[in-house]
Amino acid sequence: MSIGSAELTQPGFGDDRLASANRGSPPVLEVDQVTKIYPSEPPVTALRGVSFTLERGELVGIVGPSGSGKTTLLHLMGTLDRPSTGRVRITGLDVERLSDRELAALRATRIGFVFQQFFLAEHQSALDNVADGLLYAGVPLVERRARALDALELVGLDERPHARPTQLSGGQRQRVAIARALVGSPAIVLADEPTGNLDQATGQAILSLFKELHGMGVTIVVITHDQEIANHMDRRIEMLDGQIVYDGTQEIGGSTRRSPGDRSRTDEGRR
Amino acid sequence: MSTTETLAVPQLRPSDLGRLSMVGLRTRKLRAGLSALGIAIGVAAIVAVLGLSSSASAGLLNKISALGTNLLVVQNGQTLSGQNAELPKAAPAMIGGIDAVTQVQETASVTGDVFASPLIPTIDTNALSIDAASLGLLGTVGTSVAEGSYLNGATAQEPVAVLGAAAAQRLGVDRVYSGERIWADNMWFYVVGILNPAVLAPNIDSSVLVGFPAAERYLSFDGHPSTIYVRAQASQVDAVHNLLGATANPENPNEVDISQPSAALVAQADAQGAFDDLFLGLGAVALLVGAVGVANIMIISVLERRSEIGLRRALGATKGQIRTQFLSEAVLLALIGGAVGVGIGALATALYASAKHESVVIPTLAWAGGIGAAILIGGVAGLWPALRAARLSPTQALWSM
Repeated sequence: MSIGSAELTQPGFGDDRLASANRGSPPVLEVDQVTKIYPSEPPVTALRGVSFTLERGELVGIVGPSGSGKTTLLHLMGTLDRPSTGRVRITGLDVERLSDRELAALRATRIGFVFQQFFLAEHQSALDNVADGLLYAGVPLVERRARALDALELVGLDERPHARPTQLSGGQRQRVAIARALVGSPAIVLADEPTGNLDQATGQAILSLFKELHGMGVTIVVITHDQEIANHMDRRIEMLDGQIVYDGTQEIGGSTRRSPGDRSRTDEGRR
Repeated sequence: MSTTETLAVPQLRPSDLGRLSMVGLRTRKLRAGLSALGIAIGVAAIVAVLGLSSSASAGLLNKISALGTNLLVVQNGQTLSGQNAELPKAAPAMIGGIDAVTQVQETASVTGDVFASPLIPTIDTNALSIDAASLGLLGTVGTSVAEGSYLNGATAQEPVAVLGAAAAQRLGVDRVYSGERIWADNMWFYVVGILNPAVLAPNIDSSVLVGFPAAERYLSFDGHPSTIYVRAQASQVDAVHNLLGATANPENPNEVDISQPSAALVAQADAQGAFDDLFLGLGAVALLVGAVGVANIMIISVLERRSEIGLRRALGATKGQIRTQFLSEAVLLALIGGAVGVGIGALATALYASAKHESVVIPTLAWAGGIGAAILIGGVAGLWPALRAARLSPTQALWSM
């Protein structure tokens, strides 16, 4: 894999730039006392006063059992839904104050998604699938394809840019999906059960890729029900019944890494 | 914190929209093809119906305009008691005195039957008539000689006949050779010519024409003309029309029938479209069925492509962009159907018209209307599915798979 050889233009994709970007720039993501109540009969409260902050360059695992509210949290972090109360800010922009169109523009330019089911268009090449990550950002096709090739290089698939998804293995497809999330150089990448459809070895390879991308300064949030996967992340946020029950850094490879988001840890979430 | 920062919402490029509108068609070719077929059949029916009738009308109108629309025909009418009236012998000369009249020629009915030979039973008259004809008749009625020659000053004196196109056919005469003769009113008449069909004066087609002097000498003709063919200055046709009755028969103007053959033929050309409404109605029904097909495929498409819609929203598509994508897909689908339909309709018209040696005419209304109707149908049929696609919540679209 040739990570690091690709030139990405977004500030925050290199450790040197990350350090300077962190000084004075708003956090990548702020979730402040967020609740989410679905208006059914009876109403379902999916999130109860969740707060945390992500700084640029963090690798975070959000873990919890089914029904703990982690997917709802993903919707809110990805601006695909709005909170019932509380505030969500992406790179300082208050989601509450943005119109639907502006939220779409926010997603197009600052958020990358990786899904369990990959969601690749089978009639398109890997390259064009990745290029679609820039479709709604107003980038011309030629530039989209050039940047898609860079992103494919980043995930180690640059040798088969014209392969159709059906010609790729599960792991390769997820790499294409990750490249699509990265191609717009987003402020944050949200991955929903990214290894859920992969065997263990392939899943491990995808996690390694996330770590390498993290090493390059990409901010990544992995949502998973699997504690094992969450244990690979620098910072782990555990959820249960719509609340954060643990939020802390953890020891990886024999050394304790400090999350830059310490200052905003939720007190009630500490264990 | 820069909460006052504004976010520019990028517009979808037209080329990207074009590419997006083809996603559904490329991935589901057979289904798209079948639903476009409904539109194609409807448009083809409309284009072909309008094209065929226009080609036929155009052929007839071309013929009429080549023959001229300034021919007026004066015929003897009926008396108050229901008897056949007679035109005065001087009628042609009096009509020739009208300023705006450029040509006057006449024929006169002569009693007597015509047969190929005296051996034919007298009952088999073939509905043929004998007419005395003036020498300049052909130019005035707009026909010509197909075989042999027309009457001239010499042959008009002799028992010599020229056959109208239908008369020649019925008498079994297809070419003129020396000594060719027919049995007219109990004597032989030598055939010197056969005429082409006279579109503006179909009476001549079933006539055997002889000269006025010969008619008087051999056929006991009384000298009264029965039909006078008048060419008037094109701008004065109506004025001349109004004067003809009183001029031809000053004593009894009401016993004169005046007609303008080209007007009847124009009416006939228009009448050729009489069945158009029926076929256009059928075409419209086919279009309606096609529209339902397009709406149906688009609704199914929206249901099937929930994940694609959700993904596009996650990638930053606005509701409007999703709506535009699906609407343009429906319009494109219908447009393809419409274009194919216009092609089929035009081809059918061309084949039919060339088989009948008519000029191919596809009215602008037909092809532009066909394409326009297809676009309209695509837009109407695709609107509701497109709105549904745009309304789809991205979280439902992505996480309810």
